[in-house]
Amino acid sequence: MLTNINWADIGQATLDTLVMLGGSLAFSVLLGLPLGVILFLTGAKQLLANRPVNMALSFAVNVLRSVPFVILLIVMIPLTVLLVGTSLGVAGAIPPLVLGAAPFYARLVETALREVDKGVIEAGQAMGATPRQIVFGALLPEAMPGIIAGATVTAIALVSYTAMAGVVGAGGLGDLAIRFGYQRFQTDVMVVTVVLLLALVQGLQWAGDRLIIKVSRR
Amino acid sequence: MISFQSVGKTFARAPAPALVDVSLEVAPGEVFGVIGQSGAGKSTLIRLINGIERPSLGRVITDGEDVGALDAGGLRGLRRRVGMIFQHFNLLSSKTVAANVAFPLKVAGVPRGEIGPRVAELLDRVGLADQAHKYPAQLSGGQKQRVGIARALANGPKILLCDEATSALDPQTTEQILDLLARLNRELGLTIVLITHEMEVIRRVCHRVAVLDAGAVVESGEVAEVFLHPQHPVTRALVADAAGLVVAKGQGAGPTLRLTFRGAATYEPILGRIARDTGVDYSILAGRIDRIRDEPYGQLLVSLVGGDVTEARTRLIAAGVRVEEA
Repeated sequence: MLTNINWADIGQATLDTLVMLGGSLAFSVLLGLPLGVILFLTGAKQLLANRPVNMALSFAVNVLRSVPFVILLIVMIPLTVLLVGTSLGVAGAIPPLVLGAAPFYARLVETALREVDKGVIEAGQAMGATPRQIVFGALLPEAMPGIIAGATVTAIALVSYTAMAGVVGAGGLGDLAIRFGYQRFQTDVMVVTVVLLLALVQGLQWAGDRLIIKVSRR
Repeated sequence: MISFQSVGKTFARAPAPALVDVSLEVAPGEVFGVIGQSGAGKSTLIRLINGIERPSLGRVITDGEDVGALDAGGLRGLRRRVGMIFQHFNLLSSKTVAANVAFPLKVAGVPRGEIGPRVAELLDRVGLADQAHKYPAQLSGGQKQRVGIARALANGPKILLCDEATSALDPQTTEQILDLLARLNRELGLTIVLITHEMEVIRRVCHRVAVLDAGAVVESGEVAEVFLHPQHPVTRALVADAAGLVVAKGQGAGPTLRLTFRGAATYEPILGRIARDTGVDYSILAGRIDRIRDEPYGQLLVSLVGGDVTEARTRLIAAGVRVEEA
């Protein structure tokens, strides 16, 4: 049992996964949240309804979401080099992870905003609030549980994306599982990495749920 | 205070216009009701007042400003002077009662230090001083509407728009909210426009009323006049629900008259005295004695038998009773 386990490797892989996850989640939220808000606001009959802008953004989001992540990882290499100076390792994995996850998160944010009672927007309009005041003062606070739930789902999706980051030598638990657990038939490595990934996903879901309970006032 | 001048409103892809040639005037300090069945155009009408909708034809003047001609900034300025409350309250569920009331103050750029005391004063005015730190989900429907009212009054508006504000409330709570609106109208001189499908709401608080049907004003005037002597079939249908003075034809032995008493005359023994003097017997087929706002009224359907019916009619009219053939 566990004869093939090199705990130092496992530790490094766990750290790599966490760094990739943390870095890409932060940037995905930073990009995806405003993108989701704009997608929502420019939609039909919304505050800043703008069909051309909405269609262009929607198209871009759909394109990025339809590219399989493994392919995105490769076709992005020139852009990744431009952004972070390398296409390799943990740093090289983060830009494609963000580009894969941010559009996905933007759609979840848009959906969460659509769930907000339209009356809340109307009340904001009726009190003379600017679209900006309505977004920050009413829409985002009201949609916060959905926005956090979306971030949780995105984080979990990112965990599975990181497993593919080995393609650019980024390491991480998923990469370890493929190279040792699968390709070298080291079942114990496979079991340990999968258990760690499982724990990570469970932890993320738990943390997300707790946060939602904290902000929910319904 | 508010003026509709031949206003029409058509929505894109709608088969019929929402409003057709609507003209009406709301005087400062009055409570003006708009009643109609669902789909009559009430919601559109009230949203034209603060520019959430814009007129397709004609002009809407609110507090001296041509609403249709205002740009976005001008519209926001106007809306800060016009409060609005809603059927489903439209409160922020993620914020406390106090934060909900503070929102319009923040929107208007009121200095931070002044917001707290102003919120406390507003909550006190609507009787929710002790609920400031609760969330809307913890409140009853009536309390939620009180928060809505406090929020609408935050920036000291001259006009309050009520969009079916009591339609989601039970009768007793409705009464309390209407009493509060009447008090705000008296104490603050607030001009109130309310839309409803319930004649009872109009009867309790409004000075004047307009009846809307299929986007057109079919009848308007002083509430007592419209309520007691409805002319248009739609008005009659709305009033019948509230007053219930409906009698099958030919029930009485003699001619059937509708007698309307108003004010102090409601409590005088007029009918008995005149019947005795003229030798007329009467049977009451239906009747109601109640109040329109604070004015008592009585309306009776009576059948007169024997004696000098013509003389009885003349005497009734002389005593200030309105007499109509039923």
